[in-house]
Amino acid sequence: MDPIVASASVLAAAFAVGLAAIGPGIGQGNAAGQAVEGIARQPEAEGKIRGTLLLSLAFMEALTIYGLVVALVLLFANPFS
Amino acid sequence: MLNLVPNSFVPLLAELEVGKHFYWEIGGLKIHGQVFLTSWFVIAALVIISVLASRKVERIPTGVQNLMEYALEFIRDLAKNQIGEKEYRPWVPFVGTLFLFIFVSNWSGALIPWKLLHLPSGELAAPTNDINTTVALALLTSLAYFYAGFSKRGLGYFARYIEPTPILLPINILEDFTKPLSLSFRLFGNILADELVVAVLVLLVPLFVPLPVMILGLFTSAIQALIFATLAAAYIGEAMEGHGAEEHE
Repeated sequence: MDPIVASASVLAAAFAVGLAAIGPGIGQGNAAGQAVEGIARQPEAEGKIRGTLLLSLAFMEALTIYGLVVALVLLFANPFS
Repeated sequence: MLNLVPNSFVPLLAELEVGKHFYWEIGGLKIHGQVFLTSWFVIAALVIISVLASRKVERIPTGVQNLMEYALEFIRDLAKNQIGEKEYRPWVPFVGTLFLFIFVSNWSGALIPWKLLHLPSGELAAPTNDINTTVALALLTSLAYFYAGFSKRGLGYFARYIEPTPILLPINILEDFTKPLSLSFRLFGNILADELVVAVLVLLVPLFVPLPVMILGLFTSAIQALIFATLAAAYIGEAMEGHGAEEHE
């Protein structure tokens, strides 16, 4: 592999997963905070809130995973190598 | 192609190979043999459990029958919640197949020590850690919701594309492509990420330290199976219901 392509790919992979982690991080924090608030206000709804929270956390996590997939493609299946 | 970890380092436990496959050549096609082997294993396991559970059905379920009845009730509730009381029944087998196949694949990748079996190249792992498997499952879901929409509403199904206003037509068409894309990438990325994290940790500290991450991996892979099945059911329900359905990413 051309060294410039290799170094650019490694950098791009790091940026892809790093930047993709920012948004979902904020979103998951918001969601978890709101869920805690909801449980504090209405402790009897805890089970339902937890289930919904876990499901939506997984959706947000998927966004980071897209970044990770791009990073993995750059590292292991680089189309420019 | 980078090989992240030198193979001779911790030879048995911590090989980390992404993008290497055990190729079979069948009729000019190159197929990934390791995925087939593990998929067959998963299918065989599911068939055997189902046969054991339904061979001698009793009024008061015990053992395997009890377990499978629990699984069936879980899947039925899932489909009922997403598709609706009236229409859900014909779709229980499809949603259930997706859920059970993905769930058992993910857990087999995490629980069964596949690495002890050596292949000439590539390594055995969960079938869902190959993107071809997840794309196939996602495309099946696409076909299923198109079929559901057409069979329920006929050509009126196309009205969905110009709702709420015709301006949204390109976005609505685009959605048909992004749905399978996001479904397949989400499952593939999560499972591969789990296996990579565990492999890297095993490489650094082979004993005990990776255990919590493995347990987290079991948890996320169960959640991913649930999400895939839930979303498939939601798309089917949305296609049959028509207008005003809520947005699922």
